[in-house]
Amino acid sequence: MAKHDEDSGIDRRHALECMIWAGTGVLWTLSGGVPKSIGLVGEAAAAESKGFSFLQISDSHIGFSKPANPNALSTLQEAIGKVKAIKERPAFMIHTGDITHLSKPAEFDDANQVISEAGLDVRYVPGEHDIIDEGRGKAYLDRYGKGTKGDGWYSFDDHGVHFIGLVNVVDLKGGGLGNLGEAQLTWLADDLRGKPNSTPIVVFAHIPLWVVYPEWGWGTQDGTRALELLKPFGSVTVLNGHIHQIIQKVEGNMTFHTARSTAFPQPAPGSAPSPGPMLVPAEKLRSVLGLTSVKIEQGKKQLAIIDSTLAG
Amino acid sequence: MKAIFTRRDFARLSLASLVLAAAVFQSRARAAGKADVKIDNFAFAPEALTVHVGTTVTWTNRDDIPHSIVESNGLFHSQAFDTNGSYSYTFSKTGTYDYVCGLHPHMKGKIIVMP
Repeated sequence: MAKHDEDSGIDRRHALECMIWAGTGVLWTLSGGVPKSIGLVGEAAAAESKGFSFLQISDSHIGFSKPANPNALSTLQEAIGKVKAIKERPAFMIHTGDITHLSKPAEFDDANQVISEAGLDVRYVPGEHDIIDEGRGKAYLDRYGKGTKGDGWYSFDDHGVHFIGLVNVVDLKGGGLGNLGEAQLTWLADDLRGKPNSTPIVVFAHIPLWVVYPEWGWGTQDGTRALELLKPFGSVTVLNGHIHQIIQKVEGNMTFHTARSTAFPQPAPGSAPSPGPMLVPAEKLRSVLGLTSVKIEQGKKQLAIIDSTLAG
Repeated sequence: MKAIFTRRDFARLSLASLVLAAAVFQSRARAAGKADVKIDNFAFAPEALTVHVGTTVTWTNRDDIPHSIVESNGLFHSQAFDTNGSYSYTFSKTGTYDYVCGLHPHMKGKIIVMP
């Protein structure tokens, strides 16, 4: 485990924290780039808070029915059930891709129907599984592309935070990693131009923007170019999916976080022959699926990410 | 000498035409040859495959996740195919064809097509 962490640039301390988080859902705050755990989810939820929160769900893979989870639609339903039960209403929800498993119209329809039950605005970015229709992404753009540029990227502002949805799953080449491309990077530079460095930034995309594990393609080849553009900003949060497990790191003013899937887990980097769906005992499945809540404390540059599982 | 086919001549002719037919059949069989690439654990096996011109290569997915075949110069690309699904392409020209999985481009393979 330690070796893989070194290889992928994740230090042991963070890996250790991840393991703790994976089981219990610890709330942590970010202050001056130093993550600090302040308690369990229950305590955190009870603590009074100012600011606002939004939710992240990811990798619902509607249509997946293999042994790793014979019913991905029902676990998405459970996740949305959790969302509905949150007392403090989130401002909106983001879905970081792989909404469907095979980009079929019925899969998109099923996902929409269940996700809409949350009664929240949802902002999407596509995963590679969402653009394998005959039109190679047309089905996704027809549904979610309104007001977006290129293959579906966009930005918006909410509560003084600038949100950027990027697409890094289109036209993947032999490099093995995700890809943003020149057009999108040019758009990103334009989008950020003139913004005060004090603007909190949240960037989300399907494949991790930093290289987690290149042997499995878990990273974005030109991701560092996007991160360079974001470096001047005082608070940058990068949220991804794709790898169906929580991995975090903090680098300067940047916090990186990947979310669990609502459908099936994938193995830790290098711990299995391939990144294929990981089969866990049925009674354990819900402890490795989940959703993420992000709370932004106004004016404090503090950010709290709470991961919760579908178990319990 | 009379130009009469004896029974033996006829037999010889039959044999010759049979050999000829067999030869034709063999070359056709080669032209319409088949080869397989299996996809297991996010890898192509064999990773590099050498075939003759005219061979139809079939990729079969043994994983629990869909894959696709995308030739690196855009010559051909498949739709994504799920577990036990397959995709075939017939190579009509010699050369080396590199390809990746369009969903997981760290998966690489190559087909070398000989005359």
